[in-house]
Amino acid sequence: MEIAFDYTRSLGPVLGQFMTALREQRILGARGADGRVHAPPFEYDPVTAAPPDELFPVGSAGTVVTWSWVPEPLAGQPLDQPFAWALIRLDGADTAMLHAVDAGSAAAMRTGMRVRARWADARVGSIRDIACFDPLDGPAAEPHDAGLPEGGFAAGAAAAVAAPEEPVTMTVTPVWLRYEHTASPAESVYLRGLAEGRLVGQRCPVCRKVYIPARGACPVDGVPTDSEVELPDSGTITTFSVVNVGYPGQRVAPPYVAAAVLLDGADIAFQHLVLGCDPGEVRMGMRVRAVWRPPAERGTTAENISHFAPTGEPDAPYESYARFL
Amino acid sequence: MTEVAVVAFAQSPCRIRDDATTGGVEMLVPIFAEVYRKTGLTRADIGFWCSGSSDYLAGRAFSFVQAVDAIGAVPPIMESHVEMDGAWALYEAWVKIVCGEAEIALAYGFGKSSGAELRRVLALQLDPYLVAPLWPDSVSVASLQARLGIEAGLWTEKDMADVAARSRAAAVANPAAQVSGDVAVEDLLGRPYVADPLRAHDCAPVGDGAAVVILASGPRAREICDRPAWITGFAHRIESGSLGARDLLTASSAAGAALAAGAAGAAGNGLRGPVDVAELHAPFTHQEILLRRALRLGDEVEVNPSGGALCGNPMFAAGLARIGCAAQAIMSGHAERAVGHATSGPALQQNLVVVLEAR
Repeated sequence: MEIAFDYTRSLGPVLGQFMTALREQRILGARGADGRVHAPPFEYDPVTAAPPDELFPVGSAGTVVTWSWVPEPLAGQPLDQPFAWALIRLDGADTAMLHAVDAGSAAAMRTGMRVRARWADARVGSIRDIACFDPLDGPAAEPHDAGLPEGGFAAGAAAAVAAPEEPVTMTVTPVWLRYEHTASPAESVYLRGLAEGRLVGQRCPVCRKVYIPARGACPVDGVPTDSEVELPDSGTITTFSVVNVGYPGQRVAPPYVAAAVLLDGADIAFQHLVLGCDPGEVRMGMRVRAVWRPPAERGTTAENISHFAPTGEPDAPYESYARFL
Repeated sequence: MTEVAVVAFAQSPCRIRDDATTGGVEMLVPIFAEVYRKTGLTRADIGFWCSGSSDYLAGRAFSFVQAVDAIGAVPPIMESHVEMDGAWALYEAWVKIVCGEAEIALAYGFGKSSGAELRRVLALQLDPYLVAPLWPDSVSVASLQARLGIEAGLWTEKDMADVAARSRAAAVANPAAQVSGDVAVEDLLGRPYVADPLRAHDCAPVGDGAAVVILASGPRAREICDRPAWITGFAHRIESGSLGARDLLTASSAAGAALAAGAAGAAGNGLRGPVDVAELHAPFTHQEILLRRALRLGDEVEVNPSGGALCGNPMFAAGLARIGCAAQAIMSGHAERAVGHATSGPALQQNLVVVLEAR
């Protein structure tokens, strides 16, 4: 599963100035109450908590304070060939900033070496306006493009571009992570059943309640639910909502009904779509049955059930589902 | 002030688990059962529950809510959560008892560290304006600190390998450990760097796991446990989020927390006696050396007899497990006084120290 989102943040007065200056190939610092020059600048003095008086330029070259070698760069990092991370004390500053050094090999790195910022061609007011740092006293490195995952970082960063004459007030950081979710033993039984067109729940050994989808433990008793119960694909709508609002990624055109469906024999309702009738006809107690996708389209996924549709049976009496509301 | 003691501890084996979900239920149910069995308590006896876990690790929102299934929250319970290691959940539970709002509290932490590329996930704990957009991974950040210490003469790569070898040998006796065994320091030093100057043995393995600790107020603790581990000090401190503005070689927040908790007393700061055992949450070898200095632990202190985080570091549970192991050393009669430590954030940014003793 891939999760990607653009962290969009307002910068405030200090970081706004700092980012605006980066776009102009200048790096700003701030002087703390203890006389130390911080670059990047602090928003609030670490000693007095006061905002800085004024920001002023520091050098775009500096000295490596410590470094670490990256033999295999990870997605999103500034360079896609081996590089060094370094804490770099810029000329005129007392603190250090973290950035990448394009040194070619670990053998070319040493603490105390001099480096200079290499500016990105397209600058938007971001820490990534500094593409990386180049060694000043070593062989000149070949320029390289930053390594980005497909369609990810560059697209998001562009959204933050302010007009060249306008100060930078926002920053967008595209975040992209890949997760591999494992199904628990109980979920595996449920998902395999779905692939075969069956609904398999699990019963709590203590309170005898039947849960579907299966969960690892009974939420009432906190004990594993380990005995399987096959359930029919018919049930009762306990409650519902008519969705009239559109949103990005929506799969069904509104209006449509999202309902809590209590399968016959289950002790918990789950949410699903109700289609096949006018949304205005849907009501509490309405009897519904699963509409399955064709067997050829099924997999180990809850999407095997396309939606629920009314059966035409008489409504279930309120008392039969009241305790599940 | 209300007396509070640790009365039970359990942890799941640290492994990369394909039978456990990011919700933690599968890892938590067995260890809850274990602490109930050890104490004779039932879930109805627990007055306050607090968990530590992370949505970033789980890759979904409100992931900790699923874990509540492992409790059985009917009728409703008093429950809280911290997006931190379970050690900070334990701190909240301790405060709850000290304030008289509960007599018995249970803190747990869980993490499926293997769900995503952990080094990248942890980049998101960094400054979101100036640092995280560069995606500095957690191993590289720790490596910057390791080199700084080497070049300052505080430790050597051999000192670091010594820590790894000692930890792995100690972990042989710990069934929860993910890595253990006898290794020769010379062999370790012959292996390649993963992030020069760090080698694989310098970094905690990626593993999934959970830990649970039960706290009780004085009278209840004596009923429940033959030899409770009494909490005599408990404190946590944080340093600046700006890596380049921190002094990465003093672990000042660890030293400050230790002083406040009364742990830095080996040299005479209010501690009533020597520390026998310290369980330090050091996910990197050089950090154990740094923490020993910050907590002013002498050579006579037995450090990480469990093998420590270097032999099993389930995210959001490993700090709580350190405190649990320290408490276990007292409950078992092995130690009279023990220190538990947990860390969070990059390069030991946040540190928590608890001092435990027998009475």
